[in-house]
This record gives sequence, C-alpha cells and structure tokens, in this order.
Amino acid sequence: MKLGYLAFKNMVSKPLNLLLSLLLLTLSVALVTFVLQLSGQLGGQLNKNIAPFDMVVGAKGSPLQLVLSSVLHVDVPTGNIKLKEIATLQNHPFVEEAIPVSYGDNYKGYRILGTKPDYLDSYEASLGDGRLYQKSFEVVVGSSARSKLNLQLGDTFISSHGLVESAGEGHEDHPFEVVGILEPTGTVVDQLLISNLESVWEAHDHDGEGHEEHDQEGEHGHGEHEDHEGHDHEEEHDHGEHEDHDGHGHEEEHNHGEHEDHDGHDHHGEHENHQEDENREITSLLIKFKSPLGMVQLPRFINENTTMQAALPGFEINRLMGLLGAGASTINGIALAILLVSGLSIFISLLKTIRERRQELALLRTYGLRPQELLGLALMEGLFLACIGFVLGWTLGRIGVWGTSQYTQAAYGYVLQVRGPEPMELYFMAIILALAFVASILASLSIFKLNVAKTLSDV
Amino acid sequence: MIETTNLAYTYNGSEALVFPDISLTPGKHLLVVGPSGAGKTTLLYMMAGLLPPEKGSIAISGTELNSLTRKELDKFRGEHVGLIFQQYHFIHSLNVSDNLRLRQSFPTNSNDKRRREELAKRLGLTEYLHKKTNTLSQGQQQRLSIALGLIHRPKLILADEPTSNLDDVNCVKVVNLLKEEAEICESSLVIITHDLRVMSHFQNQIKL
Repeated sequence: MKLGYLAFKNMVSKPLNLLLSLLLLTLSVALVTFVLQLSGQLGGQLNKNIAPFDMVVGAKGSPLQLVLSSVLHVDVPTGNIKLKEIATLQNHPFVEEAIPVSYGDNYKGYRILGTKPDYLDSYEASLGDGRLYQKSFEVVVGSSARSKLNLQLGDTFISSHGLVESAGEGHEDHPFEVVGILEPTGTVVDQLLISNLESVWEAHDHDGEGHEEHDQEGEHGHGEHEDHEGHDHEEEHDHGEHEDHDGHGHEEEHNHGEHEDHDGHDHHGEHENHQEDENREITSLLIKFKSPLGMVQLPRFINENTTMQAALPGFEINRLMGLLGAGASTINGIALAILLVSGLSIFISLLKTIRERRQELALLRTYGLRPQELLGLALMEGLFLACIGFVLGWTLGRIGVWGTSQYTQAAYGYVLQVRGPEPMELYFMAIILALAFVASILASLSIFKLNVAKTLSDV
Repeated sequence: MIETTNLAYTYNGSEALVFPDISLTPGKHLLVVGPSGAGKTTLLYMMAGLLPPEKGSIAISGTELNSLTRKELDKFRGEHVGLIFQQYHFIHSLNVSDNLRLRQSFPTNSNDKRRREELAKRLGLTEYLHKKTNTLSQGQQQRLSIALGLIHRPKLILADEPTSNLDDVNCVKVVNLLKEEAEICESSLVIITHDLRVMSHFQNQIKL
C-alpha cells in the first residue's frame, strides 16, 4: 500500500475538518482567479479594441464617454459633429488614417455602425462569407452578432431607433440586407452590424421628417433651425461672415465649400448631393496618427479651437483601468486574507489530527516507518487538500467568469472567455502549495518528538 | 534468535529495573510473567528496539540492535519483529483488510492477498475484512491485533497480554494459533502475560 493512499484515507476520514479547510481555500482561490481573469480579460479586450486608433474626435462632452461610445460601443454618444468640420483633419499631415463612424440604430440590441470599409481593415476583420457592403442598407455582420441574432446571408432585418433594444421605433421602409459575415476578430467588431455611412443618414433623413422629438433627430433638427433663423452660431463664428453673403448670393460659397443657409432649404426638400455631404453629421472620427507629434498637438488644437473634442483612447482607458484596478486590488486583498485564514485552518486541522492520531503514528513507527515518512504522510495530506482546493476554486472562478460573461454579453455585448490555466494562476497555485507545505510542516513537528513506547502504552 | 545481556532500565525517580538475561534459539518460545510494575512491557519495547536500554545489549538473529542506525533499526523492526499490543492500535481511517495490507507493505512492500485471507480465516475475521476497525468487538479487535503481529511472518513475535480480553475457548485458540504461526515461520514467540490459562501451554518461562 502506498503512503499516498493512507494520506488520502486519513484526509477523508474527517469530513467536517476537510469541508471547512476546503471551503476556505476554494473561496479564496475562486476570488483571486476570478478577479485576475476579469481584469486581465477586460484590460486585454479594451486594449485590443482601442489599439487601431490613437484619437477620437466627437462632440463636446466627457472624453471617456466619447471613447466608450465611439470606440468600444458601450455607451451613448456625446452628440454629432459635422462632416465639414473634420475635413481639415482628414487631410492633416500628422494623420495617417481618419475613419468617420456614425450610428444611432440597433437591431435587437446590436449596434448598426455606418462607416467606411477602412474601419474593418483597422481591426483586421476579414470576410468569412459573402461580400463587403456596396450600397446603402447592405450590412456585414460581426461573428458574435451573427450567431446571437442567427443571421444568414441574404437575411433582411428592420433596425430600430436608438442603441438599446426596444428603445425606439423601427425604420420599416429601410430594411437592411446581410451581404457579408465577418470572421471572429476578438474585438468589438464581432458585436457590430456594419454598413456604410449613407445607410445611417438615409434611414434618419426619412425618420427626421416625422420624428423630430427623438433625441438624435431633435439635435439634428435644432441645429438646422439655428442655421435657418439666425446667423450667430457660436460654434461656427469663424464662418459667420460668409453665411450672410451666402444668404444674399452665392459668390463665395464654392470657394469655402459652406452652405449653412441651405440647411433650411433641406427641410423644403431640396436635395443636392454636394450640399448634403457637407452638412451631413457623423458621430465621431477615429484617427490614427502618422507621427507621434499628432498626439501632442492635435488633441489640444481641437479642444481649444473647435466645437469638437478630441479624446485619446489609450489615456482614457488607462484612467478607467486605474479605477477598476483599485476595486480589483481590494477584492484581491480580501481573497488573500481568506487565503491566510485557510492556511491557518489547514494548520490547525492538521495539528489537531496529528495529536489525535499520535497512537496511529506510533503504530506506524513500529511497522518500520521513519519519522520523515510520517512527516511525508502529513505533508501529503496538506498538499492533497491544497490541490483539491485549488482545482475546485479555479473551477468555481471559471464558472464565475462564465456567469459574468452571460451578463456582460447581454448588457454590453462583451464576451469573457473561459480560458485554461494561465501562468499567473500557476504561480498562485505554487503560493498555495507553499502555504500548505509550511502549515503541514509546522503542524507535524511533534512527530519527531514522538515517544513510541510511551504513546503505545498510554490508554 | 534473541539474546539479551545485562539489560536495565530506570524510569525517572524510581528504582532501576534489572532484567534477567534471555536467550532463545529459533523456534523456541518464552513466557515472561510477573506482577504489574515489574517492567514486563518495558522489556518488550526494549526487545522491539522501540526503547533503547539504559544498560546492556540486545541481539536479534545475531544483529546487535545498538549497532544499527535509527533508520536501519526502523527497517529492521518493521521486517523482523511482530508486535501484539495490550492496547489495540489500528489505523482507524482504514478498514480491516487495508490495515493488514498496510502492515504487509512496510518495509518490504509486499501485497499478499492470499496470506491476508488465510490469516483472517484462521482468526475468524473473514467476514469483517471490509469493516471499519472501530465497529469490531473487543474480541475481534484482539484477533485483528494478533493478525497484525503475524501477517508479515516476523522472526520474532512479541506479544503483550494477547489473551486478556478473550474467553477460555478463544484463549486456547489464540495460544494455539500463535504457536502454529511461530512454527510455520520458524519464529520465536515471546509472550508477556499474567494470564494463568496461558502458562500451562509454555514450558519456558521467566519471572520478573
């Protein structure tokens, strides 16, 4: 018979002691691995999602909100910006790539994002099936969205207004058609339904006529009225002088490419493509810099000199993770305290059983076992417990990740993966084994002082 | 088989216990009798190498116990000495069969199932092999204790009051079993007792 078998039998012969020690150990391991996974995966996913872009330009408001809404697609946008305002940015020498995005509709909670195909390239998203969108109301579908919504190529769906499911009415007259399905990227793209910018505009143009009370349309309409009624736009004061002229004649309008007064005419049904483009609004512009100088100069320039704001995703996400990190370290602190208590409980329970089993240990000595082997027996018992506790705790932690993923997916479209053991967790296991080792050794020291003859004669 | 010379032991604050020399050839048995406190159990533990004698020396099969290192002594005892205790000692987390198996596996690592079954049958323990030791009756526990002293075929069987809890019938059975086993394994049997029923079965006796 192997000593391991005896150690195992000894361990399970005291189920209540075992249960208490295991419970404490399992709990602490579950907490630590859960928090590690959560912060690691969240951080990893956030960084992956913001990686393609250095700066976001959007309407004034909270920079974090701008990043959350336009890059990570978890929050509502700060507002809209006009295409003409970003024209200079798109051609700025520091800017390598500038991708406009526009959104405001969803299908069953999944956002419909209007953007250029460059957006997909930024995330290295490739088509798994079908083709890219070529005209309005054609849509390519991210892999998670596709499987959740159970969409096939050729399917059509009606989007609804707003970013949350059932928040708005449907755009019945403009059904979207699925023309492509994207390969999984592990980024936010997986959660999106991606179409061209015009789809978003056109859906809302028609909407705008009847539903001005809606937030997005409201803003839109309000802006137009301002243009129409007065010429004192604080946002556009640098162009103010031209608007008057524009009102009277059209001498300068082509030079400046500005058609503010025609906004009013849009209401009356005058559609000129050229004008439309300039007055179109997008939600934000995602920018990748060509030179690090852009990072230094452009955000400041935009924030100080325009009606828009520039936010740096890296900076905002670091700030966010700093806040989350404080919470994570608190939970880790609690988990470590529980871990120490569980080490103490292993120690006490072993100490107790070794006292109770003094005679059995003495008997084993008469069988020819050396004190070192008896120590090994106690050690094995402690280490068994640590291993079982770790495996149970790790499993519980992963179940926690899975459960949280169900929630985050439903609420934010973020999926947390249930992953195999990670190096950090193996270190953690080593710490637990070391703790159990020390506790077992300390509890077993009396084995070396065991007086076999006397112990066996004691009644 | 076993030879002791000039053995003596002193417990703190009491008079020195001096033991008569013992000399047994293989297959010969010895009964040690004497009143309580005469040092019967002390002698037994010294012979088992569990208690180092204060004076004198012990040799088993020609091996001087004093000359062995602690490690060698542990191994030697495990292999050559079978102990039957006055108080029963078992591993309570194991069942009867596993207790016997455990005794077989140290230090020689054997796992002789037939030996276990045969011994259990002769001691009337067959139907209790899969019971926990704490569910056994006094008599069953005593028989298990004897089985544990014999299972690994030791050269020297040391028994401390092996019959104290047995009725007359079982007492005779156990004495015969011990003698039989000793004969089969060519072991020497040293029994410490004050049980009068045992005395008539052994010629070779010393009194402490």
